[in-house]
Amino acid sequence: MTGMFGNLKGLIMHSLRLGIKDLLVFARDRMMLISFVIMPIFMMLMVGFIFPSQNVLKNVSFGVVNLDEGSMGGQVVLALQQMSRSQNERMFDITYLHSKGTAVDQIKYQAISGALIIPADFSAKISAGEQASVILITDQSNPQVSAGITGTINGLMSAMASQLIVQKVAALVPNFPNPQQLVVPFTVETEGIVAGKPNYFEFVAPGIMAMTIMFAAMTGLAGSISRERELGTLDGIISAPISRLSIILGKSFAQVVRGLLQALLALILTVVLFGVVVHGSYGLLALLLLLTVFSFIGIGIMISALASQQETAMTIMMTLTFPMLFLSGALFPIQQMPVVMQWISKALPLTYAVEALRKCVVLGTGISGMMTEVWVMVGFGVVFTVIAIPVFNRAITR
Amino acid sequence: MNMIEVEGLTRRFGDFTAVDHISFTVGKGTVFGFLGPNGAGKSTAIRMLCTLLRPSEGSARVVGFDIIKEQDEVRRHIGLVAEKIILYDQLTAEENLSLFGRLNNLPEEQIKQAIDKWLGRLHMEAWRKHRVGTFSTGMKQRINVARALLHHPDVLFLDEPTLGLDPQTTHAIHEFILELKGEGITIVLTTHDMVEAETLCQQIAIIDQAKIVALDTTTNLKKLLSGDNTTVIDVEIANFNEPMLSQLKSMESIASVTRSDTYRVRIHTRNTDNIAPILSALSAMGASVRAINTVLPTMEDVFLHVTGREIRDKVAANVPSVGGHRWRGASRVR
Repeated sequence: MTGMFGNLKGLIMHSLRLGIKDLLVFARDRMMLISFVIMPIFMMLMVGFIFPSQNVLKNVSFGVVNLDEGSMGGQVVLALQQMSRSQNERMFDITYLHSKGTAVDQIKYQAISGALIIPADFSAKISAGEQASVILITDQSNPQVSAGITGTINGLMSAMASQLIVQKVAALVPNFPNPQQLVVPFTVETEGIVAGKPNYFEFVAPGIMAMTIMFAAMTGLAGSISRERELGTLDGIISAPISRLSIILGKSFAQVVRGLLQALLALILTVVLFGVVVHGSYGLLALLLLLTVFSFIGIGIMISALASQQETAMTIMMTLTFPMLFLSGALFPIQQMPVVMQWISKALPLTYAVEALRKCVVLGTGISGMMTEVWVMVGFGVVFTVIAIPVFNRAITR
Repeated sequence: MNMIEVEGLTRRFGDFTAVDHISFTVGKGTVFGFLGPNGAGKSTAIRMLCTLLRPSEGSARVVGFDIIKEQDEVRRHIGLVAEKIILYDQLTAEENLSLFGRLNNLPEEQIKQAIDKWLGRLHMEAWRKHRVGTFSTGMKQRINVARALLHHPDVLFLDEPTLGLDPQTTHAIHEFILELKGEGITIVLTTHDMVEAETLCQQIAIIDQAKIVALDTTTNLKKLLSGDNTTVIDVEIANFNEPMLSQLKSMESIASVTRSDTYRVRIHTRNTDNIAPILSALSAMGASVRAINTVLPTMEDVFLHVTGREIRDKVAANVPSVGGHRWRGASRVR
């Protein structure tokens, strides 16, 4: 009984000693320390600035060719101007052009991303009770902006059309109670669950936190063990009368601390630099980060056991982590992927980590709203750790 | 009492046999040496005895404990100075030693005493608070030896302990090993240095291509050469010439004559330790003999005798490339 208790105490003490040693070695290695701080900053900046923000249309060069001999064309242009000004950021940067030909040329040179052509008979046709039309030309080489422009212009034109109908109804039936209601019987009001306007950083920040932890748990652990194997110091640890388990625990402990610190750094960056608001509780966030580490640690141990050289370990790591970055929804929404990819995505632990973190950070969901993700992560952790520990024990004394 | 008993110990990596059925015993308080070229299997043998590597076949007991079934007990009683230095560059000498003391379950007070003792004896007291990364190889090796001794092991394993060290540190470590032996610590070391083997070891196992080809005390191994009653003499003759050489070669009591340089020859006698007939013959030839030396056989001669090769000639001839074994999950080269 005391023996078992003594063993347990020894296990914990040895694990702690080894973990603290790893952290001390790490903290005194300037190069490692620098890359530790740089990595999340670099990730944040790169991902944050390269990817498009929520509003696709920002300062888009847009041409207007108003050939209309009547007044309606002028009203369209006016509406367009007002619309781009009413937004916080200027949606369009309008250039006035004289002919359709010039507009097409300008698009070809990519001086403008699209153009609206209002034909000469636009007002005339409307007055005559005929169906009038405008022509929208877009730069097809940029589908995203092109789609944005089309949507915006369609919206604008249908709003103007409704306005016209309201006027006509009012003219036809002088005492009609509410012509607006007749023309536009209902509207859609967009309402978020949380206050404020979501941005891409809020989408991507949980992804980066999860990724950082994944790298620490997998790359960090395997790298640390194979490094010691190559330096020869692992022999010293193995030839000491300590349990194999305490080697894994100690190493994992050090990597967990590193991973959590790095994730915290990423979180602080997103809050301070990019104005991300954490809507859920910080306690839950911490719990989810820990769970993320746990779900990856087993895979990390397994790889460090199987790869005898640092180089091999790194190669296996890259092969595993790289697709995960793209398929987990850390950077792109899973819903946009082809169905097959969505299936693969469902088999990756990172997907669940990202999903749970995102729910917590962006939507403020409580733990009861993410039990599936939590259980899947626990499952991944338990299964891989249970497989990995005996594999590690066997591999360490070959 | 035997501190180490090895019976048919074998280790294979894939198709390659690194250690092939070796058996030996090591008595308490003695220095046992593995002598052989690089890649002969010395390190693999030591690693198995230190429980770092599982044997493919055979068994061994270290301090009375089975290296497979009682690994923890074995680990408690051994110290290891491996080929690579087991210290963390980023930690100070003291931090390194404390860490390994704690991993060996020593109480804090005892760790402190042991650090004082060994750093003092190895003349490293002044460097206690300095980071190991700033040390020279020689200094690192001293701390490394202190680390292995911290928990007062019964058996100390030293894998090429003086490899790459300057003569001064090498000498200091040799002296230290002999001191430890005097204190009753059993020492097993590997070396490819003949002089080191000869200076330190009572017993030597010459290991070549995974097998022990000769195993005996240093004196007995040398007798292998003189067992057929051969005496080796170096003679320096001022007016040495070809006719003298052929005349010497034709003598009944001479086994071989090799000319070392213009004035010197090495003569191996045949079944006699009497060199008087040779001297008379030389005198009759009119040779003006300036010097005669009786040459004692060295470990180098022994190695040559039992393996048929000089130790320098074959460096790792039978070691497979790293790549060849990596994917079998049993990399031979750490």
